[in-house]
Amino acid sequence: MFHWLEKNPFFFAVGVFIVIAFAGLIEILPNFAEASRPVVGLKPRTVLELAGKNIYMKDQCIACHSQLIRPFKSETDRYGQVSLSGEYAYDRPFLWGSKRTGPDLHRVGNYRTTDWHENHMWDPTSVVPQSIMPAYKHMFTNIADIETAYAEAVTVKKVFNTPYDQPNGTKLGTWEEAQKAALEEAKKITADMKNKDVKDAVANGQIPEIVAMIAYLNALK
Amino acid sequence: MQSNAALEYDYSVAKLFTYTAILFGILGMTIGTLIASQMAFPELNYLFGEYGTFSRLRPVHTTVVVYGFTLSGVWATFYYLGQRVLKVSMAESKFLMFIGKLHFWLYFVGALVATISLLMGITQAKEYAQYEWPIDIVIVIIWVLWGISIFGIIGIRREKSLYISLWYYIACFLGVAMLYLFNNMAVPTYFVSGMGSILHSVSMYSGTNDALVQWWWGHNAVAFVFTVPIVAMIYYFLPKESGQAIYSYKLSLLSFWGLMFVYLWAGSHHLLYSTVPDWMQTMGSIFSVVLILPSWGSAINMLLTMKGEWNQLTENPLIKFMVLASTFYMLSTLEGPIQAIKSVNAIAHFTDWIPGHVHDGVLGWVVFMVMAGLFHMAPRMFKREIYSKKLLEAQFWLQTTAVVLYFTSMWIAGITQGMMWRAVDEYGNLMYSFIDTVAVLHPYYAIRALSGVLYLVGFLMFAYNMIKTMSSSRELTEEPQFRSPMA
Repeated sequence: MFHWLEKNPFFFAVGVFIVIAFAGLIEILPNFAEASRPVVGLKPRTVLELAGKNIYMKDQCIACHSQLIRPFKSETDRYGQVSLSGEYAYDRPFLWGSKRTGPDLHRVGNYRTTDWHENHMWDPTSVVPQSIMPAYKHMFTNIADIETAYAEAVTVKKVFNTPYDQPNGTKLGTWEEAQKAALEEAKKITADMKNKDVKDAVANGQIPEIVAMIAYLNALK
Repeated sequence: MQSNAALEYDYSVAKLFTYTAILFGILGMTIGTLIASQMAFPELNYLFGEYGTFSRLRPVHTTVVVYGFTLSGVWATFYYLGQRVLKVSMAESKFLMFIGKLHFWLYFVGALVATISLLMGITQAKEYAQYEWPIDIVIVIIWVLWGISIFGIIGIRREKSLYISLWYYIACFLGVAMLYLFNNMAVPTYFVSGMGSILHSVSMYSGTNDALVQWWWGHNAVAFVFTVPIVAMIYYFLPKESGQAIYSYKLSLLSFWGLMFVYLWAGSHHLLYSTVPDWMQTMGSIFSVVLILPSWGSAINMLLTMKGEWNQLTENPLIKFMVLASTFYMLSTLEGPIQAIKSVNAIAHFTDWIPGHVHDGVLGWVVFMVMAGLFHMAPRMFKREIYSKKLLEAQFWLQTTAVVLYFTSMWIAGITQGMMWRAVDEYGNLMYSFIDTVAVLHPYYAIRALSGVLYLVGFLMFAYNMIKTMSSSRELTEEPQFRSPMA
């Protein structure tokens, strides 16, 4: 049979394809619907938080930080409750990461504050003297892309039925409403910040990346 | 009337990919050395402002070495040996020449644009699948062009039976195509909402499902880019360089079909103790261990090919490169399954042992094999002898030292960190804060940075030797039979 296959490239290729596709069919498909169910009470992220998530992606925080607390006592002691599948139901993409050069961040919102993040992102060694994390000063001047974050929320609402605009849920509304809401949310964060340029920018209706980033990190709980 | 003259093969496309293998190799390894140094000396994060941080550069490093260097090597060798094992020249078909050149140029321009996009932070943040959707579409076109090349040249072949190397190239083509398409399924947000950035997209899958599809890809990108086409190379270049026939046809059959069947199952070993179902994690673990069989099958087949001819190891540096490559392949394919055992993974996951494992595979196996392949091809493509044997020997020892330094330091770093994360005192409280486990790694990060410098210097020696071979080495009057001539 193998000699015959080696003389018939088409059937050879078909054979290889069947053999490699097999595992995916059995391992991935059966559980697909189950794994996309949210935990009770899970709310989709606000537009400002989504903008923060996009900065988290843009600056590739996942190169060094995980968002997955494994079921070991040493991990739950350090980072909090073990991660559940349903908590990630609205995360596109998943941001579990694969390396912890820095600590896990899945519940960082429970134990770090806005001003801690502000100091840390400006100069990590100011709060953690031995830190090897780079400073992200450009986040204090770059302006966050709120429009794309809103576009993302609209997309997941339309295409994947992510439950925005439900009673007691996250409100999305029109672009004008969303802009206003994002700015309000940003102002609450800058109230706890000290960087004058950032405060001025938000007062003038612009949201620097750092504010969206902190909104996202505070929402990781 | 049939001519008895030997076929003149056309190497123009193979040469082009050889140049980019050298170029992307230097670029990718330089960035790799830089980011390794940043972990030991964080001040190095500020050389290029926003674009020079570890986090921005890490995906640039991985994608340039994987899709720049390695794929260039894969295609250089394919366009070289594909013709030879099928006994047909690319020059016989204008169409195939055109497709081959289009394949190269689209790839080269695409690779540059893709690299810049990651520096800009345009990414979907999935490891080894970072590119946003417009680049994904270009990649699909490039891949289809390669498919046309493979099956086009097979279509006009004189040798009816496909040589082992071609099995692996075909598998590489099909495997990557299938995995890449599924993992990169995304919805561009601009087309749904009519606003925001046109480059942005959201994944078709969410949360745990996204993780599963991603690591199904992530793991098998290793299979179909770092393993399958590299095995294709060694099956051709080792017998050609040594003048020995492959030890066992049956063993190569078992290894090939075994590898194809088993490799995919192992993807979920990247998700042990995560929120994917337990039975999938167990399957991932078990199949990872089973994977030792077909991996070692190929490697042992290679080592036994040298049976009775071990004197060549001392006489011919290219044999040295290839034997060391298959040895590192064995090491790495034993280490991987060990890390996939759940209790070991509990310590190893998220630590530096993982990059350590990846790098003994890529530095010791992939890069060594690609370089040996290109060195073997050079005298035949450029009709000149290899420029310097001494340089080749020096490069070999320098890079071997570098690989050993890399994986030993990362083994120690990874296990140290894994043990410190879980260490508790007599009352059951955690003994170390997270930053303690970072600070303790400094010496190992420094050793790793040094190993990066050594390896990079070795690669520059390779580049220099190759360029000299192409341009100013002694010319050959006829094609060497087996052993590559070198000065």
